[in-house]
Amino acid sequence: MVLPLFRPENDPGPSFLGLLEQVGMGPVEAHFRADRRRADGLVIDGSERHLSPHATTLVAVRHSDGVVMAGDRRATSGNLISHRTIEKVFPADRHSGVAISGTAGIAMEMVRLFQMQLEHYEKVEGKALSLDGKANQLSQMLRGHLPLAMQGLGVVPIFAGYDHRQATGRLFQYDVTGGRYEERDHVATGSGMLHASTVVKLRYREEMSADEAVDVVVEALFQAADEDSATGGPDPIRGIYPVVATITADGFQRLDDGLVADRTSMLLASLGGEMAGGGAAS
Amino acid sequence: MSMPMYVSPEQLMKDKADFARKGIARGRAAIGCTFADGVLLCAENPSNTLRKVSEIYDRIGFVGVGRYNEFDSLRKGGVRHADLKGYAYSREDVDARSLANLYAETLGSYFTHEPKPLEIEMLVGEMGEEPDGDQLFHLLYDGTVMDMTTFAVIGGEAEAIRARLDEAWSRDADLAHSVGAAVASLAGPDRTLVADDLEVAVLARTNGRRAFRRVEGDELTGLLA
Repeated sequence: MVLPLFRPENDPGPSFLGLLEQVGMGPVEAHFRADRRRADGLVIDGSERHLSPHATTLVAVRHSDGVVMAGDRRATSGNLISHRTIEKVFPADRHSGVAISGTAGIAMEMVRLFQMQLEHYEKVEGKALSLDGKANQLSQMLRGHLPLAMQGLGVVPIFAGYDHRQATGRLFQYDVTGGRYEERDHVATGSGMLHASTVVKLRYREEMSADEAVDVVVEALFQAADEDSATGGPDPIRGIYPVVATITADGFQRLDDGLVADRTSMLLASLGGEMAGGGAAS
Repeated sequence: MSMPMYVSPEQLMKDKADFARKGIARGRAAIGCTFADGVLLCAENPSNTLRKVSEIYDRIGFVGVGRYNEFDSLRKGGVRHADLKGYAYSREDVDARSLANLYAETLGSYFTHEPKPLEIEMLVGEMGEEPDGDQLFHLLYDGTVMDMTTFAVIGGEAEAIRARLDEAWSRDADLAHSVGAAVASLAGPDRTLVADDLEVAVLARTNGRRAFRRVEGDELTGLLA
């Protein structure tokens, strides 16, 4: 290896993707850059869902101190469960997180590059990107990935973070074309999104505390798993619970599995009570 | 036909070295030292925006003195090298030793092949998992590299500052004592440096994955009081 020093005309600036391209290290060129050649030749018909694991339901909810993000742990290949303990919620940097649904392998690589992109920018420039800047970066990576998405290997993330300038949590939803849609209160994506967002919509209140928001996302994922076979529910036998993370002014923090297990049993107890009372289950 | 004037290699190297040393001696000094929690990096730098001390990677920090554009371009090169290596292999495979070697190569090749040597001196600090692993690499303008586990001083009046720090420094001191010792050594007997004159950062075992943290503002003022 030699020290990567560049002449001004080739300097990739603070972009890690640009740097990878300059040093010729990227399959990323084909995938994540909008202005590069397409991944031609790779033709995938309808059977692609059997080829690669897909990651499923994610929700994020704004609360009084920031946001809560959560994702189930299941990845599916067609009608098979390919992974029971996959992680879909990641820190993007200290004050933001990214959660992914869609083709798992590509999505995880995208997360890794996105994390590097943010950290690299911060170190080269000596200053972190604004939250809008980070959200925009993810948008551009998705847009670069569009050719593969058109062939069935789509990735749909959620991005959430704490915005120090506005002193509030913010949520961004995306589509496969790189479209970026900021939502005020809550977002959901993935195969179980309909059921999850119905629960969140009914339970959501303005100025919820972080604790209440955690309960809401745990219930949303539970109900999504109840209705959607591609979403994994809590599994007390194996000790598998959703990944739940809070992002506040203090930063990204993944909640301890034990804590999520406690919240899940509280939820199950209350649901059991409702059912016994003839409430929800009819 | 006119012949180019003959200059002996000894004279050429000596002239280049003198030139680089003069450039470096004009600037203010910086210190890197190990302390109980990791590595302390401390520079006299009245500017709040043009940094001498920077983060390279999870456990690696950088200090440069001399010509700003020269050491800043090597700093960026270091960040790029580390990030590429961590991306291609794994985060734990990124170490200060290989970075210091690359820096030494670059400085050495400028010194021998370019008409003007780089007028800079740099420190690369690495915090170990355990205190035994804490390390500093001191790089000179000609590519000389020295590794140490105690402290290093770069920039103008380095000799005098080194002598003062030798008295004041101790391996097991906490952050406040180490900052005090470093700042007093930089200032010397006749001056007092305040927070605004300084740029201080630590690589500390208490900081999580990214160990680099700037010590600034009220916290620094408090430590200096």
